[in-house]
Amino acid sequence: MRALIIARRELYAYLRSPLGSAIIAAALLVDGILFYFASLDVKRLSAQLLTQFFYDSSAATMVAGLLLSMRLLAEERQSGTITLLNTAPIRDRDIVLGKFISSFGVLTLMNLLTAYMPLMVYFRGKVSVGHILVGYLGMILLGAAVTAIGLFASSLARSQVVAVIIGAAMVASMILLWVVARAVNPPFNTFFSGLALHHENYRPFMVGTLQFDRVAYYLMVTYFFLLSATKVLEARRWR
Amino acid sequence: MGPFDSIFGNHVIEIQELYKYYGDRRAIGPLSTRIAQGEVIGLLGLNGAGKTTTLRVLACDLLPTSGSVRVAGFDVVERPDEVRAKVGYLPDRPPLYDDMTVREYLAYAARLRNVPTGNVKKRVADVEELTEIGDVGNQLIGSLSHGFRQRVGIAQAIVHGPELVVLDEPISGLDPVQIMEMRELVRGLRGAHTVVVSSHILTEISETCDRILVIDDGKIAWSGTETELSATLKQGMRIALTVHGAGVSSQTAADKARAALSNLGGVREVEILEPAEAGEGVASLRVAVTSDVREEVGKALVHADLGILELAREKELESMFLALLGEGQEPAGRKRRKKKQAEADAAASAEAPTPSKEPS
Repeated sequence: MRALIIARRELYAYLRSPLGSAIIAAALLVDGILFYFASLDVKRLSAQLLTQFFYDSSAATMVAGLLLSMRLLAEERQSGTITLLNTAPIRDRDIVLGKFISSFGVLTLMNLLTAYMPLMVYFRGKVSVGHILVGYLGMILLGAAVTAIGLFASSLARSQVVAVIIGAAMVASMILLWVVARAVNPPFNTFFSGLALHHENYRPFMVGTLQFDRVAYYLMVTYFFLLSATKVLEARRWR
Repeated sequence: MGPFDSIFGNHVIEIQELYKYYGDRRAIGPLSTRIAQGEVIGLLGLNGAGKTTTLRVLACDLLPTSGSVRVAGFDVVERPDEVRAKVGYLPDRPPLYDDMTVREYLAYAARLRNVPTGNVKKRVADVEELTEIGDVGNQLIGSLSHGFRQRVGIAQAIVHGPELVVLDEPISGLDPVQIMEMRELVRGLRGAHTVVVSSHILTEISETCDRILVIDDGKIAWSGTETELSATLKQGMRIALTVHGAGVSSQTAADKARAALSNLGGVREVEILEPAEAGEGVASLRVAVTSDVREEVGKALVHADLGILELAREKELESMFLALLGEGQEPAGRKRRKKKQAEADAAASAEAPTPSKEPS
């Protein structure tokens, strides 16, 4: 698969540059601190603590997803290396997919490195394995969606800083759709609520409930933004 | 036309009525040409003439607005992957990853361009040898000098053994020694590949290429060899002379030389210049001739009792180039002309394109 050649190179770049390690380390530190303070509340049930952990970790996942994906295409354009990809016999969708796989892989690795915290709750409290697995599934799906949004933003900009600002604005807008949902009347409130990136769609995962329509939502958001990034690359050749 | 028709026709590149617009601005067009297999073609033009856009279209980095571009028989719009597999492209800024070693980068470029996994190592070793970068194979690209970066850029362009190699300003920013080495490297590609090299350094084109395409305002203004170019403009060649007259002044030596050469067959004009070297009796002249009479000029000077310190053919390409483009205008004037042209083109963009007038 052609995309894997690019994914391998990108993973290698994350390992070589301090950026990838710094982002992962910072996210893990924030996750650990938030978990520590959450665990200080002795009245909280272990399932509630786990729910709080998945809520806190989702924020770190979204920020890390944006920071990891901001360089994917913007840096290639800035340094001129995008020409190597554009003139190789490889489809634009493979370029986008390869970039996505690498960034998403690093983000998932970061998510999995937080597993010691839910495991502590599991061994010291009363939570089900299913709650942990569903919570992680939600976090990984949210990470995939944010990475795809970040990749799309990166395809629009030449500067990484601009890319991360565009990406953050898009993610924030999609999160805040739940506020819009509260302000409008039915049936539009259901519509906006269903589109919100975090609130209605992520909450079931936090509490350990697997809902396939929520899974489908994140997969569709991911697909939509990867497709959009591909179209941006294709359109640029016609400019 | 099928993919093999071109090969049988021995043309690697066939461009017909190519236009490329950036928004309303016409970058190239109408542009038509054919380039035969094994040729080394120099694309010559001023900055902004459309060289890079043309090369980017050939490399499938950009798609044409209209017209047909076929590389090795494949259309760049309909079969871009086949074209990309047969083209190696070095843009004006080599697409290098500073965090990779040279060897890792070339292996990556080879894999991207469909070189079978088993052959990657051998192909990388081959191009390292050809471009003489084996010694820096394990160095990070970010630590390389500009000359080596250009070499790595060429190596990535040929690592998959393409039919066509497209090099955009490969000598840009190199020092004189590196320029000579790069020239040798480009010459070394002859035979195995068809090569298109762009440059605005005119002597480079004549040193390296079999044929010149002069591009101006997005159109091919002229094509042919340097000799044909010279003949077309009936300018002949010029000979630079520095002579020495024993026991006479520089002015006297110059006058003697002019008298000796003025009546020589094939000499059009003799111009006395400031002496190129210091010293009593030293004089410099420029001789415009209609044919290669360097030998006769030498004999005439010796016969006139003048010592020859220098006798060399001047490169005429720059003056020919400017004459072709109808220049002599100030750069600002040229800019105004281009702006006017762009406005006129924008207004006429809805009309049907007119055919190219490329001389054969």
